[in-house]
Amino acid sequence: MSGLRVASLSYNYGAKQALDDVAFALEPGQFCALLGPNGAGKSTLFNLLTRLFAARKGEIEIAGHNLAHDPRSALAHLGIVFQQSTLDLDLSVAQNLRYFAALHGLSGTDGARRIDTALDRLDMRERAHEKARSLNGGHRRRAEIARALIHAPKVLLLDEPTVGLDAAARAAITDYVHQLSAEGTTILWATHLTDEVRPDDRLVILHRARVLADGIARDVAGDMALQDRFLQLTGAPA
Amino acid sequence: MSPYLTSLQAIVTREALRFIHQRERFIAALVRPLVWLLVFAAGFRAALGLSIIPPYQTYITYETYIVPGLCGMIMLFNGMQSSLSLVYDREMGSMKLLLTSPLPRWWLLFCKLAGSTAISILQVYAFLAIAAAFGITMPALGYLTVLPALMVAGVMLGALGLLLSSFIKQLENFAGVMNFVIFPMFFLSSALYPLWKMAESSELLHDICAVNPFTHAVELIRFALYADFNAMALLWTVLAGAVFTAAALWGYNPARTGLAKRG
Repeated sequence: MSGLRVASLSYNYGAKQALDDVAFALEPGQFCALLGPNGAGKSTLFNLLTRLFAARKGEIEIAGHNLAHDPRSALAHLGIVFQQSTLDLDLSVAQNLRYFAALHGLSGTDGARRIDTALDRLDMRERAHEKARSLNGGHRRRAEIARALIHAPKVLLLDEPTVGLDAAARAAITDYVHQLSAEGTTILWATHLTDEVRPDDRLVILHRARVLADGIARDVAGDMALQDRFLQLTGAPA
Repeated sequence: MSPYLTSLQAIVTREALRFIHQRERFIAALVRPLVWLLVFAAGFRAALGLSIIPPYQTYITYETYIVPGLCGMIMLFNGMQSSLSLVYDREMGSMKLLLTSPLPRWWLLFCKLAGSTAISILQVYAFLAIAAAFGITMPALGYLTVLPALMVAGVMLGALGLLLSSFIKQLENFAGVMNFVIFPMFFLSSALYPLWKMAESSELLHDICAVNPFTHAVELIRFALYADFNAMALLWTVLAGAVFTAAALWGYNPARTGLAKRG
């Protein structure tokens, strides 16, 4: 069983092709960076993976569950950190997490225990009762990652999760998500920043709706720095 | 607790918390109908003669006549305001959080609808209490029998809001809703004047009022406030509610694009 499988996925907005025959498969516990310049199709791919859009052509499988045929099981195994913050700023961190838990049908002592565990993992326990509005960017992101882990998803999608964060917060979040993959969670991390990709990471480069390269980052880069290789492949500034 | 009830409780609570946080919204929701009741109705009282029509048994003042219409107005505004918040949620991304839950989408949207209806009903009761304080009262039993009518009307108007929100792409387009939905629905209805009065001026306008679902929601509330029942009004309101709900579900179908931005 694969962690995440995308096969022959195409999508278009009218005449504009947003994804063209995209395919890749991730092993359980694999960390995969999805690298692409702006407009490459990353957001469309995320909208399809999260079923905000329905794929008209191609297949998506999350932890062995087909997203089109069995969306509820597929979504139950999926954790998502959206690019844009989706915290309710007027609610506390704990209230935000409780709301999310309830959307997954988790409540009562089980829900509370899962929320505490998720907050502990991200070192956010002591901020549980602070309003989301009072948190800085790094802590808001951590709260969102904690939230995405409450239902113990097998696959975690992160759409440019470090946008707008300082170097320390970026490094902390990148480290943490790598650790999650080492513990068995399949990760798909969309970014346009090559310095977030480690040599051992799986790397899929998306450019102009197509997969341009797919392999271990070290092999894709070859004897060049990944940044240079990426520029060479895409002809676009990273 | 079942996942369905857990999510229903969470979504309704969140809607209620939001409403409480926006104190201006609550005050505006009350001031608007009160201005109509205490100022507009007072001015119109002399100009408009009302004959005895069901459910009224005696001559009534104009203030008494427009109370059900103003209850409807509160629900109409609230239904539209909920759809405004849905558009806002979509722009802010929190709608994505809701729609990526593993629970069925129709259920999640129903929970939203239940939340907005509950808030509408609270507002209507607050308005009825203030109206009573000013001496505009209904039969005691009417305050109880109006509850199911408010539920049906609230769901119908909330579903209309949900439908609009699935087609409105940006918050800026919302001003159009005021001009093209709220005002025509309100003025082309029996909220402010009985339909027979409208027929005296124009048969065409009367016919438009007669098919306006908002007219039937108002009549349903009017009869229920007098512990009376208007089957036709119920039928129309339920039918309109079913059509709006079905269209809104279609509008939120993931196979339709536009729920999230392109990228």
